[in-house]
Amino acid sequence: MSSSWSPDAVRRIAALAHLELNDQEIALYSRQLADILHYAEQVQEVNTTGIPPTVHPLGSGASGRDDQPSGSLDRGDVLRSAPDAALEAGLFRVPKVL
Amino acid sequence: MGPVSAIALRDAIARREISAEAACRQALDRIDQTNGSLNAFLHVAADRALARARALDARSSPAGPLHGVPIAIKDNIVVKDMPATAGSRILESYHPPYDATAVTRLEEAGAVIVGKTNCDEFAMGSSTEHSAYGPTLNPWAADRIPGGSSGGSAAAVAAGMTPLALGSDTGGSVRQPAGCCGVVGVKPTYGRISRYGLIAFASSLDQIGPLAVSVADTALALDVLCGSDPRDATSAARPVESFSAALDGQIKGLRVGVPRHLLEHGVDAEVAEAFEASLKVITSLGATVTSVELPHSRYAIPVYYLVATAEASSNLARYDGVRYGRRAGGTTSVREMYERARHEGFGPEVKRRIMLGTYVLSEGYYDAYYLKAQQVRTLIRRDYEQAFAGVDVVATPTSPTPAFKLGEREADPIQMYLADIFTVSAPLAGLPAISVPCAVDRGRLPIGLHLTARAWDEATMLRAADAFERAVR
Repeated sequence: MSSSWSPDAVRRIAALAHLELNDQEIALYSRQLADILHYAEQVQEVNTTGIPPTVHPLGSGASGRDDQPSGSLDRGDVLRSAPDAALEAGLFRVPKVL
Repeated sequence: MGPVSAIALRDAIARREISAEAACRQALDRIDQTNGSLNAFLHVAADRALARARALDARSSPAGPLHGVPIAIKDNIVVKDMPATAGSRILESYHPPYDATAVTRLEEAGAVIVGKTNCDEFAMGSSTEHSAYGPTLNPWAADRIPGGSSGGSAAAVAAGMTPLALGSDTGGSVRQPAGCCGVVGVKPTYGRISRYGLIAFASSLDQIGPLAVSVADTALALDVLCGSDPRDATSAARPVESFSAALDGQIKGLRVGVPRHLLEHGVDAEVAEAFEASLKVITSLGATVTSVELPHSRYAIPVYYLVATAEASSNLARYDGVRYGRRAGGTTSVREMYERARHEGFGPEVKRRIMLGTYVLSEGYYDAYYLKAQQVRTLIRRDYEQAFAGVDVVATPTSPTPAFKLGEREADPIQMYLADIFTVSAPLAGLPAISVPCAVDRGRLPIGLHLTARAWDEATMLRAADAFERAVR
């Protein structure tokens, strides 16, 4: 399978990734991403029939524990890290959603 | 240049030959003298460090095994009270409200954090040229890269600024800069060191690792850093034996495997020469060297750039200008704010990797790319398991070339990626690995020897590296 990295393809992926790109970036990345993907495609040569994918590098499953409510970060500290927070209300301010 | 041993300094402080405060001042003075040109540190916390050192001096007994030792922390690891930029503009004003577990452990052991070091943005790079705050220079040669992404930490240790530094390693980012700068760098087994407080790049690959001037210093750092952490669900429950105690210098009978088929092309002649000379030293210490086959390692770099970028595209989705970091002004909707913040805040390498990762996870492409890469990753892991049935460590050079020149590989991302060819398999397989200095080339650039061991067998790898280091000193 070969990839197509037309400017539209780049814009589509950028939109999925919430990335605004200018025209120079679209031109540069369509070329570079096509090259990188073409290079990475050699994995398709490998016979992987019956081979499970690696999720955890050492093959062990996720460890679980009982849900034990406990403290977390101080809300004031967290809000103070934000570019625009309404400290009294305990909220982050953003431009309108709709 | 005057690289300092952490253990030697710790012992001098314990014998009261030098106070922790004086050791801290020396580090700060050294940073003052050299950081202007090297750009190893992005942030120096002099007052905090001196206050801490004075408090340590006031104690009647040592706080722990790193009492008074100055340490530098890579800027993608959070320290409360200090900025954490991860080398990116998008976090330029971020002050984390918490400490990484690794940082807490170091401070409880008596270490004195002097500041945060430069790195490739979000740890994505092999040269530190992708930092939004300028590159770090290699202390050995001002026109050369220090390696990456932990270039600032490697340079700080190599230039004698601090005896110890923390870096992070996803595809080689502790070991490759250690090799470029002539210091020791270790990536432990996945899960040994908590990732709580490490700004995430690729969650199934990332590990924090120490850099220092000697193997013994890194073993001491590992003794302090390793251990399970309930705050990191991937941290291993395994008890930690003392790595320092494993350094008995005895490697008679150690079986070393060399994947000769990986060394046939692309390795600089002087690197190859230094590597063979290192194998001779190891053999003279009583070890045996044989060839091993790692048939799927030729796919390690493409696998890495499919898996790591996919994970990165997910981990970096949180940088949206809402809760921390940089926000773009003048936008009229929240979606526009996200897109503009990320456009302005991320550099080109990060954007490339996010887009590549997004693509390989997207509908229609997931099976052919991401899933396929994770299957090939399993085969890479199995190759190592098979090799370790007959050998105890796998040896290669750390990099195919010594440190390349600044700007040399900027135009071609793939050429940059090929720097990782010997380091990238260990994180894919979850295995511990180390780079230890083995030679200096005719141009006075360091060359590193790279050893990989079985999962959880840092002891064997450190013992081998330590014995080798003593023999070549």
